[in-house]
Amino acid sequence: MIFARRVLAIAWKDLVAEWRDRESITAMCFFAFLVLFLFNFALGGDQTLIRGASSGLLWLAFAFTAVLGLARSVQGELANDCLDGLLLYPAEREAIFLGKLCGSFSVILLVELISFPIFSVLYNMDIWSQLPKLLLITVPATLGFATAGTLLSAMTVGLRAREAMLPFLLFPLTIPLILAAVRGTEVVLRGEAFELAMPWLKLMAAFDVLFLVGSLLTFELLIEE
Amino acid sequence: MDVPYSGCRMARVDGLTGPFGCTPAVETRALVKWYGAHPALRGVDLCVGRGEILALFGPNGAGKSTLLRILAGLVRPTAGSVQVTGLEVGKNGDGVRRVIGVLAHGHQLYDTLTGRENLLFAATMLGLDRAAERVAEVLTKVGLETAAEGRVKTFSSGMKRRLALAKLMLREPKVMLLDEPFTNLDLQAAKLLEEFLVTSKAAGVTTLLATHDLTLGFTVADRMAVLQQGRVVFDAGRDEVSRESLRSLFSLHGELWGGE
Repeated sequence: MIFARRVLAIAWKDLVAEWRDRESITAMCFFAFLVLFLFNFALGGDQTLIRGASSGLLWLAFAFTAVLGLARSVQGELANDCLDGLLLYPAEREAIFLGKLCGSFSVILLVELISFPIFSVLYNMDIWSQLPKLLLITVPATLGFATAGTLLSAMTVGLRAREAMLPFLLFPLTIPLILAAVRGTEVVLRGEAFELAMPWLKLMAAFDVLFLVGSLLTFELLIEE
Repeated sequence: MDVPYSGCRMARVDGLTGPFGCTPAVETRALVKWYGAHPALRGVDLCVGRGEILALFGPNGAGKSTLLRILAGLVRPTAGSVQVTGLEVGKNGDGVRRVIGVLAHGHQLYDTLTGRENLLFAATMLGLDRAAERVAEVLTKVGLETAAEGRVKTFSSGMKRRLALAKLMLREPKVMLLDEPFTNLDLQAAKLLEEFLVTSKAAGVTTLLATHDLTLGFTVADRMAVLQQGRVVFDAGRDEVSRESLRSLFSLHGELWGGE
C-alpha cells in the first residue's frame, strides 16, 4: 500500500509540475508538429509516397519528441539537489523508478494523442475510425520507450554530457520497439486485418516486460553513485 | 598552541557505554574517498555518541560535505567503514535512510509545488500517518503556515531554508546531518534551528553539523572537529577548547575562514 502511494506521489508530483510549467509539453508538441510538417513538406505532394512512409514518419516524430520529455524525467530532479532528496527517503528504489516512469509515460502519451489530429490533417489520413487499434499499438510502444528512457535518464544523470548521451543510447536500444510500432501502425493505417499486427504487438509486449523487469532490477545500482 | 588532536576521539556522553566509552551513533573508520585522482577524504576516523552534537569545521574542499554525503549513503567511500546507529551504510542503505535526516546545502524542494505540497509529498514518501496534521504542525513551528500555499519558486532563500527545516522536522530522525544549516536564515529562523537542535539533543538525537560559522558552531556543539584536506586535524570537546585556540588553529592552518 505504501509502495503504491509512493509511486503515485512521485507521478503526481511530476505531472503537477509539468501542468504548472508546461515546459516539456509545449516544447514536445511544437517539436512533434515541426517534425511532421517538415517531413510532409520534404515528401512534396506525392500521396502514394506519403501514405507509404506515414507510419514511419509518425514514429520518428514520436521518438524524437519523447526524448525531450525523457531527458527531464530524472535529470529534472537535479535542480535544487532534489534527486538527493528523493534518494534520501526510505523508499524502495523500485517505487521511485515506477513513479518516474508513470510521469514520463503519461506526458509522452498525452503529446502523442495531441499529435494524432495534426498527423491526420497534414498527411490526409483518416485515423479516427482506427483510433482504438492505433492506441493498442501506441500504448505498449510508448510504455517500452518510456521504460528504456527512464532507465537511461537515470544512468546518464551523473554524466556531464547527459543530454547528448540519452538519445545516443536510447535510439539504438529501442530499434526493435520502434520497428514493431512502425509495422503495427502500418497495418492499422492501411486498414488491414489487425491479426497482421499481432506479431509486432507481441514483440512490443516482450520488449516491455524485458525492460520493465531489467529496469526494476538495475535502477538502484544505476541511480546511486 | 594548546589544542588537542586525536584521529578518533570518542564522545564522553554520560550514561553511554561502549568499547571506547560511548555507544557510537555514527562511526567512521579509516574513511577514504577519491574523486578520480583527487583525494576528498584521506582516512577519517570519527565516533559520535548518541545525543552528541559535533560541529565539523573546515575550509571549502576540506571534505565536510563529502563526509556527510557518505554518512547519508549518497556517496560510496573508496575505502573504510561507516556505521550509523550500528548499521553499515553500504550494506543497509534503507535502514540508514530510516534513521537519518539531512539538511543539505541545496534545499531539495520542488519549485513548482507549494510549500505544503512539498511537505505532503515528503510525508507520503516517508510513509507517515496523519500526514496533513503533521505537515500543519511543522509549518506552524517554522512560521510558514500562511505562506505555505505559495509555490516554492516565489519563496525567499530564508523561507526555503525554513521549509527545508520543516521537512527535516517531519522525519524525526535519530541522526541529523546538517550542511551549512544556518546559511540564509534570518535571526528568528536561526534561533528556531538552535532550539530545534537543543530539543533534538535532549531527545537523544545525534547531530553532525558542517559549518563555516565558528560562533554558531561553538554555541550549539558539544564537540568540534576540524577537517582539512580530507583529514581530521583537530577534535575536542567544547569544554576543552576556547574559541580563541580554535581560531588560532584556523590561522595556523592557513586560508580557512576568510572573514571569521
